[in-house]
Amino acid sequence: MITISTDNQDTRKNFLWLLFKSTFLISAFTVGGGMVLIPLMKAKFVDEYHWIDDKETLDLVAIAQSLPGIMACNSAIMLGYRMGGLTAALTALLATVLPPLIFLTIISIFYDAFASNEYVQMILKGMQCGATAIIINVVIGLLQKQLKKKLVLPMVILVGTFIANYFFGINLMYCILVDAIIGALVMREPKYND
Amino acid sequence: MECLLLYIEFCKIGLVCVGGGYASMPLIQAVVVDQYHWMTIPQFIDIFTISQMTPGPVGVNAATFCGTRVAGLPGSIAATAGFVTPSFFLCIFVMYLLKKYGEITLIKGILNGLRPAVVALICVAGLSFVYLALWNSETFPADLGAFDMKGAIILVLALIAIRKKIGVIKLLFLSGLLGLLLGLAG
Repeated sequence: MITISTDNQDTRKNFLWLLFKSTFLISAFTVGGGMVLIPLMKAKFVDEYHWIDDKETLDLVAIAQSLPGIMACNSAIMLGYRMGGLTAALTALLATVLPPLIFLTIISIFYDAFASNEYVQMILKGMQCGATAIIINVVIGLLQKQLKKKLVLPMVILVGTFIANYFFGINLMYCILVDAIIGALVMREPKYND
Repeated sequence: MECLLLYIEFCKIGLVCVGGGYASMPLIQAVVVDQYHWMTIPQFIDIFTISQMTPGPVGVNAATFCGTRVAGLPGSIAATAGFVTPSFFLCIFVMYLLKKYGEITLIKGILNGLRPAVVALICVAGLSFVYLALWNSETFPADLGAFDMKGAIILVLALIAIRKKIGVIKLLFLSGLLGLLLGLAG
């Protein structure tokens, strides 16, 4: 890691501006979420600016991925913090969130006029079916991954949570809280780590 | 007041949503559709679809969309800020723990418990997608006979296309085109 001296105000400002600019552009032009964003961030921060090294980036991204929240934002916060402390963490987070915020605000303002059009409705119906196929595919992949591990406890949690939420309508937040406690109590062994 | 409510509700979602875009979906749906009726399921699925094609994570996009609908621009900022606030403090806190202790088995245990739960919740959310695609109904269809053949055709073709490793954007574009063609054909 290259330490950026806080004594030198110009270098510091320059670093924050570069960080903001590159993160903003990456976020604005990347479609497809975290997994696409991360390699681009690595290319900028590691290969181009040498603010942080390869291994550390991967370690931080692995942690960011498993923490609650949006993976792209978590990675930006952690990498930013590692590269330049709290201000850099905030800068990177802001630059990640701003592009989708601006974009979607514009889309949602026009959504109603857009979505009430008959032809647009046909297109949206088709896209909903496409999105459903994506979800089905994701669910199949995740279930296969769980089954392959042949561990009893995760399967009990999976089935139990499904029944509790779908058939008994128990609030998601309670389900998650209970599962987190079970995990903290009895799933700390390495065999449960992915 | 609405902005504060948006901020708090999205804070809660941000705090408990583990596992990325697809995993945050059921949580967002539970709050914005089921609890507060800020949007309907078709609108929610539209947002999910739009999120697949536009820059940005589905979480930020859903927060922005809800916020704008409920309270305009201030609302979208409040919701998005709420969504990322817990992440910010958690990430900084974990960085601090890592620096101090290196390895944290308790957090790993919690995450190990949450991972299968997230799979279950995505299944539940996925079911409402399926009901809407095949029966144009938001919950389990009361009349199973009201089956939407066009929806089924697009869904099956899309599944085959995914198995053939088609890109997400291309897939959604083609599904939309097919929807338009089938719609025009009557």
